[in-house]
Formats: sequence, C-alpha cells, structure tokens
Amino acid sequence: MREFAYQRARDVAGAVALLGADPHAAFLGGGTNLVDLMKTGVERPARLVDIRELPLDTVESTPEGGLRIGATVTNGDLAAHPEVRRRYPALAQAVLAGASGQLRNMATVGGNLLQRTRCGYFTDVTQPCNKRLPGSGCPALTGEHRNHAVLGASEHCVAVHPSDMAVALTAFDAVVHYETADGRGELPLADLYLPVGDTPHRETALPAGALITGVTLPPAPVAAHSRYRKVRERASYAFALGSVAAALDVRDGVVHDVRLALGAVASRPWRARAAERRLAGAPAGADTFAAAADAELAAARPLPHNGYKVTLMRNLLVAVLTELAEEAAR
Amino acid sequence: MTTTPELRQAVGTAHTRVEGRDKVTGAARYAADHPFTELAHGWLVLSTVGRGRIRAVDTGPVLAMPGVLTVLHHGNAPRIRGDFVTMLGVPPEPTSVLFQHDRVPHAGWPVALVVAETPEQAREAAEALVVHYDEEPPDLDFRADRGDARPVDGHLPAVAEKGDLEAELAASAVVVDAEYTTPEEHHHPMEPHAAAARWEDGRLEVLDSNQGSTWVVSVLAQMFSLDPGAVRVRSEHVGGGFGSKGVRAHQVAAAMAATVLRRPVRVVMTRRQMFSLAGHRSPTVQRVRLGADAEGRLRALEHRCLNPTSTVQDFVEPGAAPARVMYDAAAHHTANLVVALNRPTPTWMRAPGEAPGSFALESALDELAEQCGLDPIELRARNEPTHGPVSGLPFSGRNLLACFREGARRFGWAERDPRPGRRRDGRWLLGTGTAAASFPAGAGPSTAAVTAEADGTFTVRIGAADIGTGARTAITLVAADALRTTPERVRVRIGDSDFGPAMIAGGSTGTRSWAWAVRAAAAELRERLVPGATIPPQGITARSDTTEAVGALAAAERHSFGAQFAEVAVDTATGEVRVRRMLGIFAAGRIVNPLTARSQFLGGMVWGISMALHEEAVRDPSSGVPVGADLAGYHVATHADVPLLEADWIDDPDPDDPVGIKGIGEVGIVGAAAAVANAVWHATGVRHRDLPIRPDRVLRAAAEARHA
Repeated sequence: MREFAYQRARDVAGAVALLGADPHAAFLGGGTNLVDLMKTGVERPARLVDIRELPLDTVESTPEGGLRIGATVTNGDLAAHPEVRRRYPALAQAVLAGASGQLRNMATVGGNLLQRTRCGYFTDVTQPCNKRLPGSGCPALTGEHRNHAVLGASEHCVAVHPSDMAVALTAFDAVVHYETADGRGELPLADLYLPVGDTPHRETALPAGALITGVTLPPAPVAAHSRYRKVRERASYAFALGSVAAALDVRDGVVHDVRLALGAVASRPWRARAAERRLAGAPAGADTFAAAADAELAAARPLPHNGYKVTLMRNLLVAVLTELAEEAAR
Repeated sequence: MTTTPELRQAVGTAHTRVEGRDKVTGAARYAADHPFTELAHGWLVLSTVGRGRIRAVDTGPVLAMPGVLTVLHHGNAPRIRGDFVTMLGVPPEPTSVLFQHDRVPHAGWPVALVVAETPEQAREAAEALVVHYDEEPPDLDFRADRGDARPVDGHLPAVAEKGDLEAELAASAVVVDAEYTTPEEHHHPMEPHAAAARWEDGRLEVLDSNQGSTWVVSVLAQMFSLDPGAVRVRSEHVGGGFGSKGVRAHQVAAAMAATVLRRPVRVVMTRRQMFSLAGHRSPTVQRVRLGADAEGRLRALEHRCLNPTSTVQDFVEPGAAPARVMYDAAAHHTANLVVALNRPTPTWMRAPGEAPGSFALESALDELAEQCGLDPIELRARNEPTHGPVSGLPFSGRNLLACFREGARRFGWAERDPRPGRRRDGRWLLGTGTAAASFPAGAGPSTAAVTAEADGTFTVRIGAADIGTGARTAITLVAADALRTTPERVRVRIGDSDFGPAMIAGGSTGTRSWAWAVRAAAAELRERLVPGATIPPQGITARSDTTEAVGALAAAERHSFGAQFAEVAVDTATGEVRVRRMLGIFAAGRIVNPLTARSQFLGGMVWGISMALHEEAVRDPSSGVPVGADLAGYHVATHADVPLLEADWIDDPDPDDPVGIKGIGEVGIVGAAAAVANAVWHATGVRHRDLPIRPDRVLRAAAEARHA
C-alpha cells in the first residue's frame, strides 16, 4: 500500500478546492470500495479528500413532489427513510439488496454511484484489463465471464456495473448534481455513465474534479407501486447476476405508466426503454410482458458462458411485472 | 488429592469454551498478534505466469525502496531440503520448499520474499518487484477422458476390486450410470496463515497458526537440517484450519528470513495469496455405476474419482473411498485417479474424499431409489452391509440406520410424497432429500503431561491444537473426569511443541487422540498421589505416551455415521435455490461437549450447503490465475442461506476408545451436499450432477427439461 495524504473537507466549496485539478487526488466517502481498491493496488491515489463531514446528509422533499438526496447520505439511512419507502419503494429495496448492514452504514449515495466493477480481472493488478490499464486487453472475453455484460458491451470491456441502488435510481429518472471549481452542474443519471466503446477506462461524464453533491428524483406517482428483485447465487451479500427495478401503473387492464431498469447486464444500470415502449398502452398480461422483455433483450449479445442472463432477465421481467400487475388488480 | 463428594461427570455436559472470554475480549493472541522488538516483515511474491522459468529477478530497484532489508529468491536463498517424508507420510508441500530452483510449475508459485521494516513497505516493494519469466503454455485441461489419468494410492489403496463388474451390471434389473463433478474449493479459515520466526538462544522459535505444532516442528527441522529440539513452534490460538494449516510457505519464509537477517521476521498471507498458497480441495470428475435387482439390492457398484493434481506432487482426493464403507455388491470396483496439470497442489480439506465422494455416491443412490420406485431410506436399509464391503472386517459400531430412523421421525419423512415437482409455495418449488454420511474414526499416538499443583489444581500440557473446535475445552472435561475433579480446577495448556509429540488436529482424530493420552497421564498421576499428602511446590507430574496402546487397536471398520435431511426451495424461472431447513443425526461416538459438538456438526452442515450451492473457485482458463480471488468472489453461505438447522446424535460410544470417542470433526459435511441436491431433484424433477447448483445451471436444466 502506497503512502497517501489525507485531508478533511468542511464544506462543498472547500472540498472542490482541496481536490483541485490534481489527477492523483480522490474524494473519500464511506470508503467501502475505494479503500479496498487501494489495498489491492487497483486505485493508488496520492491524496484523499474526505467528504464525510459535508452537510450533504439529508433527504428532502422537493417543491415539485420529488426527493433530493444528499451525496453523503448513507445507504442505510436512504433505505430507512420513510419518504423513500413510501414514494419509491423499489429504491429502498434495491439498497437493502446490496452489501451488508455494516457496509450500508458506511457507504454513501455518491460513492455508490461511482463504485467500480467487481470483474475479477479488473480487481487483480497482475492481470491485463482495458478498464484499469487501457490497451492491455480483456481476458474476460475468452476467460471467466459468467457474470459479465450481455447488453451494451464492446470487445474492449464486458464488465458490469455492480450497484443495485443505481438501477432503481435509473428507473426513476434520477438527476445527478455536482459541483466543480467553475460552479454547479447536473446530469441525468442515464447519461452519467459513458458508453463502453473503446474507452472502458472513461466511466462517467463528470467533469474533472467534480464532486457529486446529490441526486434528485423527480415526482413519479407510478414509483409508489414499484419493486426491486435481485437474483444472486446466495441469499445475501452477493452482487447480482441480474436484477430488475420496475414500477407499474395499470388502469382498466391497460398499462398506463411503467418504469423499468435492469442491473448486472451492462456497464451501467440499463434503462429498458424498448420494453417500456412496448408496454405503454398495451394490455397488462403475461404475453405483453414477455413481448416487452423480448423487445429489450433483442439487443443482447451474450458471450459463451453468460447466455443464461438473457433467459434470466426475460423470466425476471415477466415475473416482476406480473407480480406488480396482480397486486394492482387486488 | 482434592475430590468433591457429589462430583458430576464433566464429559457429556455442555460447557462454554474455556478460552471464550479471552477470544471475545481480544485478549487471545493469534499468530500475527505477538509483538517483537526489531520485528521485520516479509511479503511473498507469487508468479503471475502459469508455467515457465524465472529468467531474472530485478532486485536492484526494490532494494532501494524505503525500509527494504532483503529480497530472497532462488538466486540467493539458503539451500533447504525438501526430499523427505513428513510425519503424515507425504513429502512437504511443494510451495513450502521455497526458492530452490527457477521452475514455475503453476500460477501463484512463490518466487521471492521481500523483507522490510514495516508490512506496508514490504508489500509496496513486493508489488513493485519485477520478475522476468520465460513463459510456457500451461496445461490446465481437466476433463474425464484424459488419457494420462493414473491411479494413485494416497492414504488408501487407489484401486479396490472384487467381482465381475460388467457381468453384474448386465444381470441387473436397474442400472444407474452417471457422471458427477465437484469444483475447486478452498478452506479459507477466518484467520489467514501467519507466522513469526526468530532465533533465541540457539533455537528457532516460530509463533504460528497451525493444526499441529509437532508436525510443523518436524518439517521445519528437516528442511533446515536442525535437531528437532532446536526448533520450538507455538500456536496457542488458531482461527480455523480445515486441513490447510500444515507447513506452508509462510513459516518457511519467516524462518528463512530470520536466519538470513538474524532478526525476527513475520510473514502473513493475504486472502488472495491463500488461493494459491494455502492448499485447496481439487475439483473432481466422478463416474458412478450402480446395478441392482428389482428389489434394489446392489449387484454392481463402481465409483471412479479423478482429480487434477500439480505437476510437482501427487495429491489424490479419494472420492471413491466412501463406497468401500457404505455399500456392498457382488461386483465392487472403486478407483481414485489423478492427472497432473499446471495447478497448485491440492491438499486435505474438510472430509477429504468423503465430502466430494459422498455427493456422487449418495446422489447415485437417490437416482437408484427413484428408478426402483423405492424410498431412499428403504433402499439404504436393503443395502446395509454386515462387514466392510472391501475389507471384510467387522464394524466397530455402525448405527447408520438408527440415524436414518431418528432423522426420518424428526424431519417428518413419512409424510413425503415421493413424486418430484409436487409441492409449491408461490414461485418456489419445494422438495426434500436425504443422504448418508460416514467418516473414518481414528486415533494417533500422543504424549501428555498432567501435573498436580501444590494449590490443589491441575495443569495439563499436551501438544494439541484448538483450531476453533473447542478441543481445549473438551480436553479439560476429559481431564476433570479422569482426575475426579471439576473442570474449573483443571488448566489445559496446548499449542506448544515443547509439550512433546502429539497427534494433529486433523482427520477427525485430534480430540480422541489427545483425550486418550490425557486420560492415561491422569490415571498414572492418581496412582502416584497419596491422599492427604502435601504436594511439593513444583507439583507432581505424570506423563503418558499412547503409541503402544493406539498401535494395539485391532483391525476393524471404524467410522462415524450420519443421516442428512434437507428441504429446499427452487425458483426455476430465476434459478435460485435456497435451503429451508436441514437436519443431521449422527452416530459419532461419545459426545464430550454437547455445546461445541453441536456447533461443529452444524458448521459441517453449513459447509455442505455452501458446497451444494455456492462454493467454487474459478481459474482463468489460459493462465490458471485465480479469478475473483477474494471472499466477494468466492462465495460461502451467509446467515441468510442458513435457515433452520438442527444437528443431534444418537448414543454411540466407541467400544475400543477409553473415553468412547470416535471424532466429530468432519462427518457433519459428508452427505450434506447430496441431501441438498437430492432435494433439488425432488423439488424440480431435474437431477443436478454438477456442483455448485448455480442459477445458470438450474435455468439451463429447466430449459432442457422443457425441450426433452
């Protein structure tokens, strides 16, 4: 482990100023991912700017009827927040489906969005990896890739984004707020993560030195009837093999509104727009749900050992939509 | 001698761990916790290539880094010996014979040790060390039809054959012929392997975490060509071992560096390094052929188990061994084979042979029961042997059917609808399964010393190892009874090679072997104590050595047995499999401490759940490097995966053991994976013959079943 400098920021402007334009400095939130990566040498920052004490630790209702979530709100507090549970239950479920109680009490919302892939080649510095060492190659393509991407990947990288929380936020059109020395900015979460292409090492569209200050959820009445389902190899404390965040509003047997996002299938949380389009205005039923899943998964390009994910996601989409529709009908 | 008039027998009563308070308050020191002045820290460097030769080690830049004291590698390391056989009858583990040549037989082979003033400096330098290799393509191709597979004896004969297998199969009314596979599995004790070595008054002292200080002393002495008396190994508290904590690279590296630098050196493995250096259970491919008459009585039994070993040492995983104990047949053929690949050398891991072997054999029995239309327990009852099927020897005690009867009663087996795929709970299909368990019951020679102290208490000294099992407490209870006193008046000291030779904590033999020696020494002491006489300040000590008594045990089939029951839920749309409840009933000799024994059985069963559903180490197919080499990548069961678990036992004292002990360390995992897999079949109607039963496998099997 390399020696590093540590500084603690008191306010947002101070944090941004402390980081400055130094490419070897990094913000430290809960440290549940960054510190691990520093121990294994994947991340080697020369300087850490600790942002845990910034006044960004609240969840507040917006005048429009949405929620504004501070960047340093812990995952645990987010999942427990009554308004999150009431208005965006899939978000609370997604957070609780991730990590462990101890980790959720440390991990922050901003850090969760920026956590790195758990691809076994990325996390081993002795191995090639285009994301960690651009141009070195991707052994996962011909090696171990059972939990790698089936959507939106490239021949340069097939790693998946590990977050559960971000899947639900993506389904609900979250907007990410950030601050740089030049001022404030915002990005739809769907645009935060860059396409993989031939630059898998460039993961987000955040400007250099930007500090995520929070996330806004726009009002979405449909989200009150939402669900997050995660499939994994064990019952707890494992990253998803596939997950779905879904919200469904059925009126008179017809899909009035729907939000769908998929996890563990791509380098980013995958908003299932094709499926949503297929569902909108269609009769709520198994055939429609299956057709919607097929519409989304038509773009899937599985590798030799992860083709099961296409089946899994199809089944999972149909199962979750069916559950939501049946509950609405009750 | 102090006696209490209404003394209760201690053996058989629940007793919390005598060192429990030390452990939960942090007072207990583990191998890497001991402070030393002038302590230096070593960090191992492992090969990143899968096979080849070391061309050069660029030590220059690393030696210039802050705090670095030395870099040891094959070009400068002291010569040590590796050409001997250890007390366990095998040569030393290849990765422990450090830096003696330039060959790299597999990924993760230790190629250098960087020693520095702090662990951080050592690690930074170790990770900066550039090693140049001449690479060669590794052979990693493990499959059933390898032409170079060969039988290897290991601790048991590789091959045992009687009768005409093909003729009996041809004459059988029902035949099962199936291939089963198990993956590479790892021990991963909570406490990583760690050792500190120093020279003190002409003796090499090692503070270690191991399963037997006697074993470690003997290996280190031979390696470094020292008199055994010139080496002392202590290992007071051990955070788990499971077969992995013998002599490995860390002790040798620490001893080597302490010798070169003339100062204390500590070496600790990282979790990632443990995937290469700590040993593992090799994967297996097993073929089982069963032939039976229409009533389910076996005519033919064949079990062949193939595992990959390294190119530098043969290690056989004797998966075919349980068949030699469990079931008889007119034709009975068993064989254990290996194929040498460029992989790390496997080792003993919890119930070696029995754990993977029972998965195949007990799954095949379930398949046979299905084909015969028989209840799986009835099938086993019809095939219960009277003598060892291969040895012909009598059983020292075989209460397998009693375990099944008690288990069936408590599990509600009688209400089970034998047809698969009939029970549903929402999206979950439910099923139940059962399997038999067995594990050899043995003892090894040990010495012990018991001292009557002047204050009326007693001190027991024995080179035992408590690797988390509760052995220290069990010995305390045995000693208390043998001394006719209370456990509170007995202090047990273990984990020190200076206490004399003793059996290791392994093969489920530790507590039995140590109890035997302690009981013998205590009996000797009681004879020497004169009632009412004053005990001198240095106390009165009696010693024992059980070599002769253990060696005099008559030949017999000596085993613990058990019956495992599992209920699972399977969602065939997502491939998720979850265990809902599990029951294990064991016949495993006299139970010394019900509290810790139950934990040990349950721990084995939890590991069985892990084996059935989660555990699998993955290696890159082209390099052999472990992928996802951490506990986020290597899954074991979490609390949420461990539902209602129950373990219990029936009365089954061993007639030939002074305390009646058989040994309970390993039988708890045996059969557990098969019980889960059989329950998955009962839930879904689909047979899973490859472990772990992952979601992708369940999804594929469900799709194939639909198209069949």
